[in-house]
Amino acid sequence: MVKFLQRTYVYLIFAFLYAPIAVLIVLSFNASRSRGTWGGFTLQWYVELFQDRVIMSSLYTTLLIGITSAVIATVIGTAAAIGIHNSRGWQKKLVMNITYIPVLNPEIVTGISLMILFVFSKVQFGYLTLLLAHITFNIPYVILSVLPKLRQLKNNLYEAALDLGAEPWYAFWRVILPEIMPGVITGLLLAFTLSIDDFVVSFFTTGSGVSTLSITVYSMARRGINPKLNALSTIMFTAVLLLLLIVNLRQAREEKKGRRDNEQEKGFRIIGTVDAAGVDSEWVQSQ
Amino acid sequence: MTRSKAMLPYVVWMALFIVVPLFLVVYYAFTHTSFNGAELTFANFQRVFQPIYLKVLARSLKLAVISTVICLLLGYPVALVMAGNAFSRKSTIMLLFVIPMWMNFLLRTYAWLTLLERNGALNQLLTRIGLPALNILYTDYAVVLGMVYNFLPFMILPIYSVLSKIDQGVIEAASDLGANKFVVFMRVILPLSLPGVVSGITMVFMPALTTFVISRLLGGGQYTLVGNLIEQQFLVVGDWGFGSAISMVMIILILISMAVMSFFEKSEEGATLW
Repeated sequence: MVKFLQRTYVYLIFAFLYAPIAVLIVLSFNASRSRGTWGGFTLQWYVELFQDRVIMSSLYTTLLIGITSAVIATVIGTAAAIGIHNSRGWQKKLVMNITYIPVLNPEIVTGISLMILFVFSKVQFGYLTLLLAHITFNIPYVILSVLPKLRQLKNNLYEAALDLGAEPWYAFWRVILPEIMPGVITGLLLAFTLSIDDFVVSFFTTGSGVSTLSITVYSMARRGINPKLNALSTIMFTAVLLLLLIVNLRQAREEKKGRRDNEQEKGFRIIGTVDAAGVDSEWVQSQ
Repeated sequence: MTRSKAMLPYVVWMALFIVVPLFLVVYYAFTHTSFNGAELTFANFQRVFQPIYLKVLARSLKLAVISTVICLLLGYPVALVMAGNAFSRKSTIMLLFVIPMWMNFLLRTYAWLTLLERNGALNQLLTRIGLPALNILYTDYAVVLGMVYNFLPFMILPIYSVLSKIDQGVIEAASDLGANKFVVFMRVILPLSLPGVVSGITMVFMPALTTFVISRLLGGGQYTLVGNLIEQQFLVVGDWGFGSAISMVMIILILISMAVMSFFEKSEEGATLW
């Protein structure tokens, strides 16, 4: 009986979380423009969505910025994580604290401070400013996903490679990188997702004519309801579902591989996936 | 150690794009630019404390606190159930809490626009089952609803992760020593889960206090929160000094609330901010 009540409560919360999305998905196939009535099945809104020049060009911008910023952030972030892992004392502390600033700072403050910087240094607002801003808020998340992998690394692995005659770079490519690769890929995916999901920072750092999907949705939603947005939501939801499925299959496989991982590491991984979107509780744990 | 040099590009990057911009915010907040150049002033901060702006601050705080409390009241039981043995495939079910979070934030908020509309899905349902229609769109209720909807998972996940790590032996020991379920919860589970509660509250309160999207979309134009005020100063009015000053006040509010939170949380976890 208690179990039944408990389950019902959780299902109710799920209903609360999923009902709005379900309604949007149903409405995206509704032929009648008014939301209240069902006017039959249609794909009209999807057709209109793909013919909408503004939405399509902002989709392109979103993907372009997402991929470029994720790749650059992953390179800088992985290097940074290796550096942080190998440094000690106040240097390490200082760099880690700077890493947490964009994670803890309200997005709007990150947004306006970057806007001030770009105006101050007379950079033209557009793709470049957008890219720089996205890289900036992405790097810390890459570092936070690579660092735990480095901590798991056996200390003498790198030295063993050097002893066997490997050049430092070769040892990095053939020994270190393959070992930390899961963390690097998680970081890359995280950075990409954060980038395509971002609105606030983009809103303050983009120029006229350059608009990400989030910005376009914002300006359309401000004007009220638009069936094209329902279709867009359905597509995005499906895409997210697929992406998460892939990520989790990967993780499940990894977990099977390394059952030796201690409990804490496991807990970290769950949270690591989870707090992509916000402030991390892993920060609390790492203190 | 030469390998520590690998973080050099990152350090330069962060100095340029995180540290310098924050100093610029501080600079603008304290200066007034005129024909004679920039001069030190506290006028921007004095303006923040004018009644009209204090009202905006108070209103933002109120809505953020209400949303956080609702998230805690709704979320803690969920975390508790999930950490118990009501479900067998826990990680799959926990994933279901994460999925909506990964959908675009704007679209999630937009979804409530469709639901809450005068002729929206919710009112259709209510009239069909004979209940009076709700017209809460463009009110505080809609804003709070939007915040709770968007931030609830942020409350559930950290609490769950702490609860699921509690040693079952401790709970068994308490009941063996004669504590009933209520006492076990109040004296053992609740205190042990506080770190999760603290990080959940932080994760809900911060975005709720600073949002300008939810209030703009669901609250309509006339409902201004501190986030909207900052946005307007930078994008509409162009008063960077005042905008920077409000941002600083907001950051200070957040730091204070985090300090208060870590004071309440007696465990050593998360006690230090920087």
